[in-house]
Amino acid sequence: MSDDTIVNRITVKDFNAFYGEKHALKNVSIDIPANKIMAMIGPSGCGKSTFLRSINRMNDLIENFKTDGKMMIDGSDVYDRSIDVTQLRRKVGMVFQKPNPFPKTIFENIAYGLRVNRLFKDNKDLQEKIEKSLMEAGVWEEVKDDLDKSAFELSGGQQQRLCIARALVIKPEVILMDEPTASLDPISTAKIEELIQVLKKDYTIVIVTHNMQQAARVADKTAFFMLGELVEYDLTSKMFTKPGKKITEDYITGRFG
Amino acid sequence: MFDLLIKALKNRDDRTVAQEMGFMALRICILIVVISLCILLFYITMKGFRVVNFEFLTQAPRDGMVKGGIFPAILGTFLLSVGALIFALPTGVLTAVWLTEYAINQKFVRIVRIGINSLAGVPSIVFGLFGLMFFVKFMQFGVSLLSGALVLGILILPTIIGASEEALLTVPKAFKEASLALGATRWETMYKITLPNAISGIITGIILSVGRAAGETAPILMTAATFYTARLPNSLFSKVMALPYHIYALMTEGSKKGQTEIAYGTALVLLLLVLAINSVAIFIRIKARRARKW
Repeated sequence: MSDDTIVNRITVKDFNAFYGEKHALKNVSIDIPANKIMAMIGPSGCGKSTFLRSINRMNDLIENFKTDGKMMIDGSDVYDRSIDVTQLRRKVGMVFQKPNPFPKTIFENIAYGLRVNRLFKDNKDLQEKIEKSLMEAGVWEEVKDDLDKSAFELSGGQQQRLCIARALVIKPEVILMDEPTASLDPISTAKIEELIQVLKKDYTIVIVTHNMQQAARVADKTAFFMLGELVEYDLTSKMFTKPGKKITEDYITGRFG
Repeated sequence: MFDLLIKALKNRDDRTVAQEMGFMALRICILIVVISLCILLFYITMKGFRVVNFEFLTQAPRDGMVKGGIFPAILGTFLLSVGALIFALPTGVLTAVWLTEYAINQKFVRIVRIGINSLAGVPSIVFGLFGLMFFVKFMQFGVSLLSGALVLGILILPTIIGASEEALLTVPKAFKEASLALGATRWETMYKITLPNAISGIITGIILSVGRAAGETAPILMTAATFYTARLPNSLFSKVMALPYHIYALMTEGSKKGQTEIAYGTALVLLLLVLAINSVAIFIRIKARRARKW
């Protein structure tokens, strides 16, 4: 891939995050290219989840959470006063560590985002959009006859793909994934990884993972975080073959963490 | 029941003796609880059941209370409870919502919580006195259904807030985060996700608090209740008869033959009413627990 055709979707400059006194992210500067998959790795508590949740401001509700620096998506600062956080989250979807469907039917799970954002014209449009997103998430064939059943009746892997469909249906530009396969079996994990590869055509994907092989398999670029600092950020192929720093190599080869 | 203990004593097995003595203490406590409840129910029923019949439930008292029924008191208790609920339900549930979902400043939340808990500890006669000073005198509502309902409403607020908070907190954070991450506002998340999933717990708490309101005497003593009124209440400013106060009045005022029996009959009706209300709450709770999927 040639670097000069790459458009950066997210540009972060000297970004700091604090939980009260705790300095959780230290001067992070990073560019996340559009329509690529960026993986974040690092030991627990290294700040990768904090970083992820700073992108769609999911940390806003934590008391004493503060940030400074720039977190730009498509040129506008996420933390600017003029930003409507609901609009931001419409543009930046999220998939969580544990599948978290609503206690509603499969249909209503997907419909939720369309309903709250008023993104459909009529019932027919609603149904089409739901069908399309379930197909996009590769779960349509498995659920098409059970749309009225509770989402809890699905397997863990199916639930996670349902959650991905739920995030896709409102047409975000960026999808944040917080260890999306951490609670899944290997087969479900493989399916989700395949899906992520397909999705990067249309979305920019930022994924946190504890699983180094996963980062190596799916990501175009990989960022290694430690103690709140971005240690190294490069093409995945380079990170996993010729890391620039000793500590990155030690982590990737499993010497600690 | 004693054989294990005796055996252990014989064997000089101190640890087993200690255990058996401990278990014995637990059993005795349980027995005390169960037996007092049984005695109470049995006593009230025995003393009261003879006067309870259809006429007793549907007629007004006659002949200086010793004839007729207690319908106005049943109606009064019903109206007072409903009135208390109309005030306390929205106030309490919304306070709980604020405490659990909206407030970000945890220090302030703690202070508010201490306030609510203190409110729960205020003796009910003090609520009555407050109602008399504030609603009856200062607001000039007089001794009325309105004053009584408001006092009872304040009395049950802590229960409703507590139950609602507990119910709201059982809704997994993951649901709320999923909703927020989809671009829903906090308000939408509240009424589309959090409240619907907490509602059965909230309702249970509310029903239990209604039972409490129905049975209270002291708060309505000086604010709403009257021993006898010929007319049924026709406005918010009417005085009302109420079951608990009726019992109190029958036992402390007048000296006609038969008053005691009617008091026990009234007590039985009140007891059954509260039990019925509580069983509705238990029923809802069981149903909700079965329906819950997470």
